[in-house]
Amino acid sequence: MVVLIPLFPILGFLILGLGFRTIPKKWTAFIGPGMILLSFVLSVIIFLNIRHSVVSLPINLFPWIHIGPLNIPFAFLIDPLSSLMMLIVTGVGFIIHVYSVGYMKEDPGFNRFFAFMNLFVFSMLLLVMGANYPIMFIGWEGVGLCSYLLIGFWFKNQEFNNAAKKAFIMNRIGDLGFLMGMFLIFTTFHSLNFLDVFEQAKGMTSGDSNLVAITLLLFIGAVGKSAQIPLFTWLPDAMAGPTPVSALIHAATMVTAGVYMVARSNILYVLSPATMAIMGLTGLATALFAASIAIFQNDIKKILAYSTISQLGYMFVGLSMGAFSGAMFHLTTHAFFKALLFLAAGSVIHALGGEQDIRKMGGLKNAMPKTFWTFLIATAAIAGIPPLSGFFSKDEILAKTFEFSSGIWFIALIGSLMTAFYMFRMLYLTFFKDFRGTEEQKHHIHESPAVMVIPLILLALLSVFGGFINIPSVFGGNTGLSNFLAPVFAGSNAVMEHETPLSHGTEWLLMGVTLAGVLAMVFWTYHRYITRQHGLSPDDARRSLPVRLISHKYYVDELYRAIVVKPILWLSQMLHEIVELRIIDRFMNGLGTMVVWTGNTIRYVQTGNVGFYMFIMILGIMLILFFNILI
Amino acid sequence: MITLTAIPVHYYLLFCSILFCIGVIGVLIKRNALLILMSIELMINSINLLLAAFSAYSNDPAGQIFVFFIMVVAAAEVAIGLAIVVLIYRTTHSIDINVLNKLKW
Repeated sequence: MVVLIPLFPILGFLILGLGFRTIPKKWTAFIGPGMILLSFVLSVIIFLNIRHSVVSLPINLFPWIHIGPLNIPFAFLIDPLSSLMMLIVTGVGFIIHVYSVGYMKEDPGFNRFFAFMNLFVFSMLLLVMGANYPIMFIGWEGVGLCSYLLIGFWFKNQEFNNAAKKAFIMNRIGDLGFLMGMFLIFTTFHSLNFLDVFEQAKGMTSGDSNLVAITLLLFIGAVGKSAQIPLFTWLPDAMAGPTPVSALIHAATMVTAGVYMVARSNILYVLSPATMAIMGLTGLATALFAASIAIFQNDIKKILAYSTISQLGYMFVGLSMGAFSGAMFHLTTHAFFKALLFLAAGSVIHALGGEQDIRKMGGLKNAMPKTFWTFLIATAAIAGIPPLSGFFSKDEILAKTFEFSSGIWFIALIGSLMTAFYMFRMLYLTFFKDFRGTEEQKHHIHESPAVMVIPLILLALLSVFGGFINIPSVFGGNTGLSNFLAPVFAGSNAVMEHETPLSHGTEWLLMGVTLAGVLAMVFWTYHRYITRQHGLSPDDARRSLPVRLISHKYYVDELYRAIVVKPILWLSQMLHEIVELRIIDRFMNGLGTMVVWTGNTIRYVQTGNVGFYMFIMILGIMLILFFNILI
Repeated sequence: MITLTAIPVHYYLLFCSILFCIGVIGVLIKRNALLILMSIELMINSINLLLAAFSAYSNDPAGQIFVFFIMVVAAAEVAIGLAIVVLIYRTTHSIDINVLNKLKW
């Protein structure tokens, strides 16, 4: 049954991919989401099974690579962690597929779109279900490929193609780290199967240099895939793809693959404190950095993209504190509300005929009530207003950071206040006051069709109630998700030195401070963007230096262009002009010229005189005989 | 009875070499296509004779069998060669090979 889960999406991909010219859209609208629904149903069944039997064994399908000591079976590992990821991938994936039916209705590439989306879900399932690193790597590369295909989905626009290439190339850097990490795992443990590796790793000492190198290399892979500093610039550009793609790939699932991978290899990370420190710093820096950029962005999808980067940063902070289940919890709730935000934003973009600049929106509250309410719920959830899902998950990570150090907690708190700030800024500018676009757009505004609104409502319900799967004990909850995931992280918990857990009083205080800050942000943004109508200035308006710096995304793209792209272009240009044209081309042309010249010269030997030919022939034979004797 | 082996083998060797050389020289200096064909025939037969002689000296009849085959094949070749010479004569009204010098650089 487990095999069927990834089989359905790949089947959907094959049907839609092979028949994309002939299958009518009506059928596609059933096949595409239908296959994911089947997978989802199976995932739920497996999830229910696994809740009772804690033991997780790899399911061997067939021996895949068997060379000398290298023995890699094609196997799936079904345990609480992968089961949770399967639920997210297929569940959120299904909702987004349904939404896409409405969103992509007019697009000529409808079948192609669903073929790619099914392929993506298949790859993502391989990634989370694989029982060893190579299978995870297939999925890892597969989702990268689908991401490339879907970012460049509207391939007639060269800008979009460039964005797709950028995403692909940046991911390559990370993938190289992943690959080298895999090699090092093999040389260290002589196996690539998760269970074997982790079992052996348990016996190693903390801070072993091999382990540190492995985890660092794997983390480079995670940095690429999950868009952390310094490889984050591809994600905002990836918004060139259709909005459901942004929701599914660049918010809910693919970008969280890095978090999943670290959580999966938790024992390795726990035993390398140096990597944990680097990961924590990277996550924290990314969370703050991306959040500050998001404040000054005006493209509705770019804001969400930076927000995603920032939230992923939080997940890595959680991971680095050893709060693996906390990070997975935030991953889950983030999948719900960020997918919802993207889909609602897509609904807005759809209604405005492709407009993405929030300065040209406004007043959509009455025209699109359902979109507004779902968007409001998601905004409140990501900002961390109780009792929505984001509150619980973010609070868990914040509490962990406080256990570790109050300074880090404070920095993380600032990041989460910025989150509240830019999210409510976007909400106010998009839905409140008067419409600021053209008359034609105003005439065109409409609530999206049911096929798009129902997914929004489903995700809104998940965003509201998603937090209840893991209520902390301070609220009298039973931390259901943590208990469910506990077997996966049992080895790490045994190794980790435990900080004294916070008293309930401290936790209440922390939550109070966070909540007060968030609410203050809500009112400040209201005052700033509704009452005083800030934030509508055009791009070329005069700004103070720090604002200009941030609104140009700290010039990171320009920096990369200067230090990476330009030198490579220059080097290529030089190689072309000197090595290619002057050396290789000259040599090849010289060879040709020589052959022509030799032919021209020697052809006069062909006199036409038969006697001469025979003379030469006999002379030749005699020479051959002569040399034969000689040798 | 004087058998083949009564004569020392190097006599055959010398004789056949001379015959062969005559054939080669004939091929090289003659302009008449028919004579060239005959010279080639001379070369073939000198080899045949040598083959027969060696076969007799080493008591292996296989060589003499070969000679028969070679003669049959040579006869077939000569038939073709003569046919070509006839065709050449029909087109050029000559069997001088120096007339056939059109195919050159």
